[in-house]
Amino acid sequence: MKKLIYVLVAVVALAVAFVGWRMTMSPPDDLDLARSKPTQAGTFVVAVGPESEPLLQGPLHSWIVTVTTPAGAPVDDATISVDGGMPQHGHGLPTAPAVTAALGEGRYRIEGVRFNMGGWWELKLAIAAGGASDAVTFNLVM
Amino acid sequence: MRPSRLTTSLAALAAVLLSAACKPSSVTEEEARIVASLSLSALPPLPADPSNRVADDPAAAALGQALFFDHDLSADGAVSCASCHQPTRRFQDGIARAIGVGEADRRTMPLEGVAWSPWQFWDGRADSLWAQALGPWENPVEHGGNRVALVRRVASAYRAEYESVFGPLPDLSGLPENAGPFGSETERAAWAALSNEERTRVDRIFADMGKAIAAFERRIVPVETRFDRFADALAAGRRPEGETALSDLEIEGLKLFVGKAACVDCHNGPRLTDDHFHNTGVPAVPGLPEDRGRATAVARVLADPFNCLGAFSDAAPGQCGEIRFMVKEGEELERAYKTPSLRGVAGRAPYMHSGQIATLEVVVDHYSRAPEAPSGHTELEPFVLTDRGRMALVAFLRTLEPAGEEAGAAALAGRAPSGS
Repeated sequence: MKKLIYVLVAVVALAVAFVGWRMTMSPPDDLDLARSKPTQAGTFVVAVGPESEPLLQGPLHSWIVTVTTPAGAPVDDATISVDGGMPQHGHGLPTAPAVTAALGEGRYRIEGVRFNMGGWWELKLAIAAGGASDAVTFNLVM
Repeated sequence: MRPSRLTTSLAALAAVLLSAACKPSSVTEEEARIVASLSLSALPPLPADPSNRVADDPAAAALGQALFFDHDLSADGAVSCASCHQPTRRFQDGIARAIGVGEADRRTMPLEGVAWSPWQFWDGRADSLWAQALGPWENPVEHGGNRVALVRRVASAYRAEYESVFGPLPDLSGLPENAGPFGSETERAAWAALSNEERTRVDRIFADMGKAIAAFERRIVPVETRFDRFADALAAGRRPEGETALSDLEIEGLKLFVGKAACVDCHNGPRLTDDHFHNTGVPAVPGLPEDRGRATAVARVLADPFNCLGAFSDAAPGQCGEIRFMVKEGEELERAYKTPSLRGVAGRAPYMHSGQIATLEVVVDHYSRAPEAPSGHTELEPFVLTDRGRMALVAFLRTLEPAGEEAGAAALAGRAPSGS
């Protein structure tokens, strides 16, 4: 009898936890929200930020990406491709953003970014320069 | 057997769960934040349309209004834009698939707040309001018109109005009575026989007709609803009461909408739409041609001579961000359709892009069941919906209706452009 009750409690607890997770779909608590970080293999250091504040959900907007070497020297000949999406929804970005200008001093403009939902977004950059390529993922919460 | 401590706590847990499920607790801070973002008060100013230089010209809106109600811009003289976008029905027609000269494959979309949307039609095959307006005039089952006959009607009935907005009307003498790229075989042959210069002359007037319609439609703006009054009271820190109050059931529905049911993922912002395209597993209509939604619309908008990047657009290419950065391929486009605004939704059954679902109750059931899509993959995740939850969600959706005087204003919106 006692065993059955334990099982029941466990089932109820799991169900509550699942419903709670579904209801909130909140991003993980330990999400790294840094706007500047080294790429995965440490080839570059990348900083990102919206070109103008406030960053609004809905309208198209631009981001500025700054690429440097680990020693801090600007990387001016980089080819950057943009991808991303919502990991908790399993879909990609609603638009196909692209780099439209190299602004010098390692800075690049990405146009056509849109976040059409609230929640956790990933912005993934693949960067190639000087024969090396590397990637970095930034997390954003709208 | 004496009830053990465990059974007692189990009973207590059950009681807590039950009360949480049945009794709407007060709105949490996070819910209040979302409610504020859905209020009409959060609506940004009408976005400029750089592709339409007369978008905010009152004289263009007055011409557009006249064109909107003109039955003579149709093959049988019986169809105007207002035949389906009926001002007394919040600019839609209340039937599953639009009926013009024939029957269309899709549901008429409402027009309230349409100018805030970057993409038009259910599949977004037009990237501006003026490009959209051109489609139905030449669609054989809608107005059934042909391009030369349509611009001839403007020359004969609206010459002065046209010229005051757009300048001298190009000369149409020497052109056939009927010709166009989508009409009958004879009309298409006549169109093909025109010189490039002649076709461009006609296209120019045709594009201007769309721009006038767009100037008119930009004035059909959302009106305040019961929900907005509630949201504003909440945002101001007042206890919503009297005409700003929602019932317990409506609040329960609101909490589901922004919570477990996750409606707000796509129906977000003050128009309750994310302006994007989603596959939600809506069934295909038996007997209609294959409909792949956004998947086929992408090529159409790119090929449309009236898009933002085309010769008839008034925008510089740099101002055409939507089409330049749109997603052009991928499975997410398959059977994806635009999220409709939910303002006024309770008054415009049937639902979905071809009117597949008759009532809001069944719409809510569809989202909780999350059936497989006819093609592509549904983005929906099933969730448990009780009878009470269904009632609550529908009750909440009904609060997105204008109340009292606002209802009259909604019916008349767009009829009398102000400032003209």
